Amino acid sequence: MSDLLYSEEEDALRAAVRDLLTDHCDAPGVIARTESDTPHHLALWKALTGGMGLAGLLVPEELDGQGATHREAAVVLEELGRAVAPVPYLTSAVVATEALLACGADDLLRALAAGTTIGALAVSLNVAPNAAYKAVRHEDGLLHGELTGIADAAVADVLLVPADDGGLYAVDAGAATVTPQTSLDLTRPLATVTLDGAEGLLLGDAEPAVRRALRAGAGLLASEQFGVAEWTLTETVRYLKERKQFNRPVGGFQALKHRLAQLWLEVVNARAAARNAADALARGEDVDVAVTVAQAYAAPVAVHAAEEAVQLHAGIGMTWEHPAHLYLKRAKADSIAYGTPGAHREALAALVDLQAP
Amino acid sequence: MTDTEELRRRTRELLAAHPPASTDRLDFLRARFDAGLAWVHYPEGLGGLGAPRSLQAVVDAELEAAGAPDNDPRRIGIGLGMAAPTILQYGTDEQKRRYLRPLWTGEEVWCQLFSEPGAGSDLAALGTRAVREGEDWVVNGQKVWTSSAHVARWAILIARTDPEVPKHRGITYFVCDMTDPGVEVRPLRQITGEAEFNEVFLTDVRIPDTRRLGAVGEGWKVAQTTLNNERVAIGGMRLPREGGMIGPISKTWRERPELRTHDLHQRLLKLWVESEVSRLTAERLRQQLVAGQPGPEGAGMKLAFARLNQEISGLEVELLGEEGLLYDDWTMRRPELVDFTGRDAGYRYLRSKGNSIEGGTSEVLLNIVAERVLGLPAEPRTDKDVAWKDLAR
Repeated sequence: MSDLLYSEEEDALRAAVRDLLTDHCDAPGVIARTESDTPHHLALWKALTGGMGLAGLLVPEELDGQGATHREAAVVLEELGRAVAPVPYLTSAVVATEALLACGADDLLRALAAGTTIGALAVSLNVAPNAAYKAVRHEDGLLHGELTGIADAAVADVLLVPADDGGLYAVDAGAATVTPQTSLDLTRPLATVTLDGAEGLLLGDAEPAVRRALRAGAGLLASEQFGVAEWTLTETVRYLKERKQFNRPVGGFQALKHRLAQLWLEVVNARAAARNAADALARGEDVDVAVTVAQAYAAPVAVHAAEEAVQLHAGIGMTWEHPAHLYLKRAKADSIAYGTPGAHREALAALVDLQAP
Repeated sequence: MTDTEELRRRTRELLAAHPPASTDRLDFLRARFDAGLAWVHYPEGLGGLGAPRSLQAVVDAELEAAGAPDNDPRRIGIGLGMAAPTILQYGTDEQKRRYLRPLWTGEEVWCQLFSEPGAGSDLAALGTRAVREGEDWVVNGQKVWTSSAHVARWAILIARTDPEVPKHRGITYFVCDMTDPGVEVRPLRQITGEAEFNEVFLTDVRIPDTRRLGAVGEGWKVAQTTLNNERVAIGGMRLPREGGMIGPISKTWRERPELRTHDLHQRLLKLWVESEVSRLTAERLRQQLVAGQPGPEGAGMKLAFARLNQEISGLEVELLGEEGLLYDDWTMRRPELVDFTGRDAGYRYLRSKGNSIEGGTSEVLLNIVAERVLGLPAEPRTDKDVAWKDLAR
C-alpha cells in the first residue's frame, strides 16, 4: 500500500518553498506580470533551481541532480499551485526531464537539473498520456512543421520535438520560431513552435519518451490541482468569516456552510488521490491506475474549488484585481492539460476491465 | 506488571485452567472476564487489568490461536461500544459490578433508548418524562429507532426530569429494565420490508433511583460519552480496491455485457473513481492515526460513504433493467445483524437510504464539518436559554 502521508523531509521542503513564494510571488505581482512582456517569473525560477536545486529532484545524483522522487516533486507542485506561480516547473523539471530520462540524454539532463537550461516537450498541453500527438516532418536531416499549444515554450532554451521518423529531437530554441498564443491560463502561457528547416539532435525514440513524460506530468499535475483547490478553499473560508451581510458573517449561513463542507471533503479526497499518484510514480507500482484515478478526480475538484471561490467572493471575485481569476483560469486549463477527466476515465475503463458497450 | 509477556502468561494460565475444548462457552467467557482479559484497558475486577488498550490484540491473538470462543461482539455492539464506556465512566461501584460482566459475556444484551419521534437531530429536545416517586422514577414516553430492543435485557435511557430549565439541563440518564411490564416493544418496519429497529413505548415504567447513571440533570453530559463512543466505531475499516458497494456492480458489469450502455458506463466509471479515492482517503486517515497525527478527515468519511452507497446502488438497479423492476423478498423479517451489501441490488438501494440518516444525518454532519473543521460560525441558537416546556413543538 502506498505511503499517503508527508515525511518530515517533505514537510521541511514544503516550508522552504512556501517561504520563498511568500516573499517573491505575491498575487499583485503575478497579476501585474501577466500583462507584461515577460509573464514568467524567471528570478523566482532562479531561486527555486539555482538556490534550492529543485529542478533536479527527478535527476539522479550522478547527473548532478538531487536523486529524489516524484513524492518530493509533488510537494513542490502543491506549493506552486497554491501560489499559481508562473514558473516552468511542471513542464521542464517534470515533463521534459522525464522525456530526457527515457532517452538517457545525460548532458541535457545535467543542464535541466541545474535549472540554467529550461526544456519543453513540444507536444500540445491537452494531449493525454495515451493519446495521439503531432510529429513534425524530418526531411534531409532537418525538421519542418508547426506545433501549437506548447506550454512554457516562450522561456524554453531547448525544445524536445517528436518527428515523423519516430525520433525525439532536441532543438535549440534559437533555431525555432516561438510565437506566444493568447492563453486562458495567464500563468502558464502557450506558444506555437514553427520549425522551418531546423537542426535537431536525435535523442532517442519519441514514443516511449513522450508516453512516460505525459504520464508523469498527468500524475503530478494532480498535486498542483490539489494546491490550487486547497488555496481557493482556505481563502474563501477566511473571507466568508470576515465578510458581513444582513448583520452577520456570510459564512454563518447554512447554505454556504454546507457547500464549503462538501468542497472540503472533495479537497481532502484530492490530496489522498494526488499523494497516491506521486507515491505510485516514485515506486513504479500501479502507476497507470493511480495516475488516471488522480487526474479524473483532482481536475474537477480544482475547477469546482476555483468556481466556488469566484461565486462566494461574489462581486470582488469577479474583478481583475482579486487573484481568484488566476486560480480559475489555471484550474480550468489544468483540467484539459495532459488529458481531460473523461479521457482518463476512458483509459481507466481498460485498465480495470470495465469495458465500454 | 501488564506488559506483553505478562499478558501472554495470564492468557495461557486461563487456557490451562479452562481448556476451550472441554469448557462450556459461557463458563469460559466468565472465567476470561474474571481473569481481567476481557478488555485489558478496563480496571482490575471489571474484566480488565488497567493495561494499555493496544495490548488487547496480544490476548486476542493467543485466544484465537487456542480456538477459544469469543463473545460474538457484533451481536452486542451497543452494550460493548456505548453502554459499557458510559457505565465505566459514570456508574457507581455497585452498578459497574452488576452490569459489566454479563454485558461483556453477552448474557445480557443492551439497547439504547435515546431518539424519539419528536427528537431526532435535536436529541436534547426529547420529551420522555421521568418523575420522582419515593425511591423510584416513573417514566412515560416513546422511543424510536431502537435496534435490538426485542432481545435486550437492559437499555440506556435518557429522559426529562426537569421541564422548567433549558433543554440540555433537564435530562437524566438511567438504566432501564426491558422486562418491566410497562415496556412495550413493537417492530418498526422499514422501507426494505424488514424490521431492524423497534418503537419502544414506556408506560409508568418504574426505575429505582439506584439505576440512575450520573447526577440528576446531568444526563446530557453523560450521553456525550455514549455518543462519542458511537462515532469512534464508524469509518475505521480497511478495504481492498473494489471493496464495499462498488464491488457487486463492477462484477455485474463484467459478467453481463448485454446490460451495458454508454450512459451507464460514464456514470459507473465516475463512481468507481470516487470509490477508489474515498478508499484512499480512509487509508490516509488510518496512516495518520498510526503515525499519531489524527486528522479531521474522519468527520467527512461517513458523508462520503452514505452518498456513494446511495448513488452506486441506485445505478445498479438501473443497470439491471428488467430485473431492476423486481425485488428479492418483502417478507417482514427481524435480522439480528445488518449487512449493507447483503441481499440484492434493490435491497442495497433501499437500505443505503438509511446511511445518510442513521448515526447523524448528512445535513448535521455537514454542519459539524463546517463549524469544527472549517471554523465557520455556529448556527444561531434560539433555544439555548428557553425552558424546555416553552419550546415550540
